[in-house]
Amino acid sequence: MSAILELFSYDFFQKAFLAAVFASISCGIIGAYIVSRRIVFISGGITHASFGGIGLAFFLGFNPLLGAVLFAVLSALGIQFFTKVAEIREDSSIAIWWSLGMALGIIFVFLTPGYTPNLMSYLFGNILTVTTSELWWMFMLNTVIVLFFAVFLRKILYIAFDEEFARTAGLPVALFNYLIMVLIALTVVLNIRVVGIILILSLLTIPQATANLFTNDFKRLLVYSSLFAFVGTIAGLFISYFLNIPSGAAIIFTLVVIFGLLRLVKSFV
Amino acid sequence: MDPLIKIENLSVAYDKVPVLENVNLEIHENDFLGVIGPNGGGKTTLLKAILGLKKPESGKIHFSKEMSGRKKPIGYLPQVRHIDRKFPITVFDVVLSGGIMQNRQNAKSIAKDKAEALLEEMGVIGIRNKAIGELSGGQMQRVFLCRALLSDPKLLILDEPDTFVDNRFEGELYEKLEKLNEELAILLVSHDVGTITSCVKSIACVNKYLHYHPSNVISQEQLANYNCPIQIISHGEIPHTVLKHHHQ
Repeated sequence: MSAILELFSYDFFQKAFLAAVFASISCGIIGAYIVSRRIVFISGGITHASFGGIGLAFFLGFNPLLGAVLFAVLSALGIQFFTKVAEIREDSSIAIWWSLGMALGIIFVFLTPGYTPNLMSYLFGNILTVTTSELWWMFMLNTVIVLFFAVFLRKILYIAFDEEFARTAGLPVALFNYLIMVLIALTVVLNIRVVGIILILSLLTIPQATANLFTNDFKRLLVYSSLFAFVGTIAGLFISYFLNIPSGAAIIFTLVVIFGLLRLVKSFV
Repeated sequence: MDPLIKIENLSVAYDKVPVLENVNLEIHENDFLGVIGPNGGGKTTLLKAILGLKKPESGKIHFSKEMSGRKKPIGYLPQVRHIDRKFPITVFDVVLSGGIMQNRQNAKSIAKDKAEALLEEMGVIGIRNKAIGELSGGQMQRVFLCRALLSDPKLLILDEPDTFVDNRFEGELYEKLEKLNEELAILLVSHDVGTITSCVKSIACVNKYLHYHPSNVISQEQLANYNCPIQIISHGEIPHTVLKHHHQ
């Protein structure tokens, strides 16, 4: 116990703890929406496409997260455009953007002279190296997401459940869909540092699956998902520290174990 | 009396393939119009055009003064097969979604009281906290009917409310609709001609074109003039109407 308390006296660990809190809230809420709406695959496409932006930023020498945001939003719009305007099947357009982003990222990184030490931490995340400015960005994103969902909860829920009915009721469906798409892109990008591009889908789906074991109420699902995400992230963080294994992988492993155990318990109760 | 809705020369197409052509129709207060026709004949498309979900290629849909405005007083019960049954939403929230754009004061508490009253009336108040996926077909239709009625509509549009339900519920549903019809106009889409002809006041056959029959009985002479490819099969003593082919 004292070893755990001692950890909190380290600056890097305090930052990691805050990052875990912010990641849990933003991924818990946005993930619950993504899962409810069955757009997990789109989110995966956006996430992986953002790698192209990270590569571009390495190549041109600007902030990688900025590049990631740029590519995430572009791919979100690109998927919409391919599907609605160019009439390419949705799953195919997602896969095209997904792999195009990764390919561009690899090309840019390859063209960048010298060694790129941080690349692995973007792919697989490292919550222990989150910087103060990244924490501020995560804090602002969390504020926006919590406010947006608190103010518009009912409208978001009704549009997500039955888009057509929402349109007949006069709700601005397209506007809400675009706003939430932007929030998804930002959530994905700002949490890349925590679990990485390849693993972020887990924070958007596993705590939600766990929460879904206990509730079918949308509002509760948002809250429970954040809580389960928090428990898994913190536990994973400790496991990663004491067993000296990569934090992103440890967090996901913990999330899955929690889900598996609770699922088992539920079938016996 | 102006009609609530007047449709003039309406044509609708999907990807340039015409689904409805040159449709004319009026819906008046207290109408009870049954819309029948084969699958793919354009019944749902007609509803979507009226609801503003599908833009017509040509033609006009006029709404009377009381039907105008951004939030039109139309209650809509969509086909339940399009509903995601795994969506995490409770029955009560589904019903409340029917009143989302009401901007009166205390709108929220009024909507909650009304939603409770409707669930009570439909006999499904006991399942208000259940998830939508736990309901039977009949319960689901009742819940969606509550949602459609929450906004006090002038016109109620139902798209095949008789799918996934048992016969007993179907009977109850039509009784409910007949009672509701004293207050509002109803447009009921069904592929089950036999049942709807017993309660509707007029019939529209939709199969790319629309043929309007001002009563719920279609005479032999009328049948001879049209070509509406609908068939029903019935065994035994059940009173039923067989609509023969329309000749366009």
